[in-house]
Amino acid sequence: MSERSSANQPQLCFHCGLDVPANAGYSAEINGQLQPMCCPGCQAVAEAIAAGGLENYYKHRTGDAQSPNTADRNHSQQRLAELKLYDEASVQQSFVNTLSDGSKQAALVIEGITCAACVWLLEHHLSALEGVTQASVNMTNHRAQISWNPDQIELSTILGAIYSIGYQGHPYHPNKEEQLLAAETRRATRRLGIAGIFTMQIMMLAAAIYADSNNQLEQQFITFIRWASFVLATPVVFYAARPFFDAAWRDLKTRSLTMDVPVSIAIGGAYTASVWATATASGEVYFDSVSMFTFFLLVGRYLEMKARHRTGRAGNSLLNLLPASATVIRDGQEVLIPATDLKTGDRVIVKPGHTVSADGIIIAGNSSIDESALTGEYLPLNKQPGDKVVGGTINVENPLEIEVTDVGAESKLSSVVRLLDRAHQEKPAVAKTADKIAGYFVAAVLITAITVALIWWNIAPEHALWVTLSVLVVTCPCALSLATPTALTAATGALRENGILITRGHVLESLSHATHIVFDKTGTLTEGNLSLQQTITLDALNYTRCLDIAAALEAHSEHPIAKAFHPHCEEFQIAPATDLRNHIGEGLEGTVDGIRYRIGKPEFASSDCPKVLSYQDAPDNNGQWLLLVTEQTPLAWFCLNDPLRKYAAQSVQKLQQQGLTVTMLTGDNSAAVGAVSQQLNIDQVISGVSPEEKLQHVQQLQAEGARVIMVGDGINDIPVLAGAQISIAMGAATDLAKTNADAVLISSDLQRLPQALNHAKKTQRIIRQNLGWALVYNIIALPLAASGLIAPYMAAIGMSASSLVVVGNALRLSRLKQRLTVARQPASSPDVTAVKSQS
Amino acid sequence: MDIIYLLIPIAIILAGLGIWGFFWSVNSGQYDDMESPAHSILFDDDEHLIPDDAKQKAADKQDD
Repeated sequence: MSERSSANQPQLCFHCGLDVPANAGYSAEINGQLQPMCCPGCQAVAEAIAAGGLENYYKHRTGDAQSPNTADRNHSQQRLAELKLYDEASVQQSFVNTLSDGSKQAALVIEGITCAACVWLLEHHLSALEGVTQASVNMTNHRAQISWNPDQIELSTILGAIYSIGYQGHPYHPNKEEQLLAAETRRATRRLGIAGIFTMQIMMLAAAIYADSNNQLEQQFITFIRWASFVLATPVVFYAARPFFDAAWRDLKTRSLTMDVPVSIAIGGAYTASVWATATASGEVYFDSVSMFTFFLLVGRYLEMKARHRTGRAGNSLLNLLPASATVIRDGQEVLIPATDLKTGDRVIVKPGHTVSADGIIIAGNSSIDESALTGEYLPLNKQPGDKVVGGTINVENPLEIEVTDVGAESKLSSVVRLLDRAHQEKPAVAKTADKIAGYFVAAVLITAITVALIWWNIAPEHALWVTLSVLVVTCPCALSLATPTALTAATGALRENGILITRGHVLESLSHATHIVFDKTGTLTEGNLSLQQTITLDALNYTRCLDIAAALEAHSEHPIAKAFHPHCEEFQIAPATDLRNHIGEGLEGTVDGIRYRIGKPEFASSDCPKVLSYQDAPDNNGQWLLLVTEQTPLAWFCLNDPLRKYAAQSVQKLQQQGLTVTMLTGDNSAAVGAVSQQLNIDQVISGVSPEEKLQHVQQLQAEGARVIMVGDGINDIPVLAGAQISIAMGAATDLAKTNADAVLISSDLQRLPQALNHAKKTQRIIRQNLGWALVYNIIALPLAASGLIAPYMAAIGMSASSLVVVGNALRLSRLKQRLTVARQPASSPDVTAVKSQS
Repeated sequence: MDIIYLLIPIAIILAGLGIWGFFWSVNSGQYDDMESPAHSILFDDDEHLIPDDAKQKAADKQDD
């Protein structure tokens, strides 16, 4: 094994699945074998898992673990101090319950759960802690319910244990909306259960009557079976079918005919007539049809609701961007307090590398702030006293003192969450169309039923009621009302499992009609992270030496430019630079081996040189150039650039094959634009445009009749995302961009786009088939029923069968056709699977 | 046939019991997570229950 893994193939971290840097030298013993690790963080986590005897986790998992944040792990002392805060009674009172036996119980949100094995790992690890009485983890909503004995263990120890195996626990306070959602889910499940269980019973009884085609059954037994059916059907109609009646009543009050109206008339009418028939021992009973119809409709609604809740949940993790604690100045002393206790006017110290805990204004200190979580811009912004900072952003360079201006509901993050909520309130356009069709259909059915009733009243008054009911039952808009929602539910679910989260209903419809697709460049087609592309030496010093010096200077900065050099620091253990000085927005100055160097913007680095160099002197225009200078002599140019996303080229090619016009629309004006468009074979490129011009361009396309998909990620893309027919945000996009997008590409894998387009087309096809089938069925059944030719059991079977056809057809959408070219890097995957299967 | 006067009420009572059990399970949160229990059955944390000689046989089989 060791021979194979030391071969020249790129190694993948056994824990998180990321590439292992060459000569990283981190490993951990799992099941008696030494496995490669990419960083000390993964190593620590893997060792903790192995030490707990939970190595089985690696055997069962279906996805790689999340890579623990190494930078965060460097501050583990600070982290533990933060966790200690959770032991305070004042902090605990909002989310910890004390049970009658004195033990405590709390709900936590766990970050980092990727598969069922994580749940197993967490549950076993936590249950093994002394003092923990119960630990259960919910995989669907990533919540843990933990009970412990406060005499034996502290909450901070439990949180520390979660942290030690690579997850993060946050206290969970359900807000009002989440409580409502939970209550809605439970109510819907109960309704479904009532309808399901009783329908089975009623069908059993109904079968007895249907089987009696020779009328051998004595009347007293028939009457008894009818009464029994009545008893069983009543809770179905009054409890399970209640949402339909409520909705129909609401629709009638607003004078609109939706599908709920005929559904309610059918359920209510058939039930009332059946009760009448039972009481008077005459005519037919339809208890079985009523309850089965209700059950089918409830199944559709239930699935629809599940999908809606799932997309709605995306917003919950947003607030976790805020740190748990904050350092405030109270009476001249620095005190660590829970971030939830911050008040307007508090003075907070934010150390470099820490997250700003609330919106505020800088009082003292100069630093750059990484706002990528909010804006998608990967270069930090320089901020000075008087500038505003937003909670959830990261302080990169120097300590800052800020005065808190907004907390809680007023903060910018909360407003983003509210936007997200609003985005989920809208009703899908396809569903609206279906409702419109249904409106006409309902009117037609009602008119027909009345006409039939009148005609039969004149011919044979004793049959009138039963024939009319037969018409209502057989034309029950069951299939019609199931046609669209089931197809949409199945397709949305399939896409979600494949990394595309659809947040608005019109997406599937619009996707299938799209003609143009417009990409933003940075963060969409490219990864949005700087990496070192090229090094050109100018002086006698060789390439490696220049890189060593640059890496040494940049080693201790968390600035994205510095991060581009960090891989080099890890490859070679470089002696640290001394006497470092950071010129914000310009560059760095420091001493390596007794010699003073400067690195950064050409003008800044060469300011002491005989000739001051600028960007014009850079070797070419393809990226961002940094200059390294010593004692007035320029040493080397470093070119930083943003690498293309994996599979970007294949995805663009596929989209073009599907007949879409691919355009790149970017605010970037550098030569990198040309390079990217050439690599991706995109001939329509518009560069150097402002957000307004982006929007104008898309609107112009739309004026020419194009239906545009916009794919973007940053805050600068928001206007154009809002303007396009369909907007898709990348998974790593800013939250604001995600809230404004109709769909989110969670996996950030561009290959999913052509797949989604195919699936959307298929969805449209199936919806059309379903609607067509439902209409054909009704057109055939209606005249037969109206002429009194359809026996009640035939009506019931016909109605159920037509619904089953529709649901079955829709379920074909629940699986996405896998036509990915390369699922994973072929070079490394055989090695990894070998490692895993042997463990 | 008179037996149905007894059997059908029993069936209804049983269905009622089923509903009661169902409500209880919904309210106690058993339907909140529909994913992980389906996986947890597959985890081999019952390894200590397998006799050692059986383990040996399984290992031999794998080596073939």
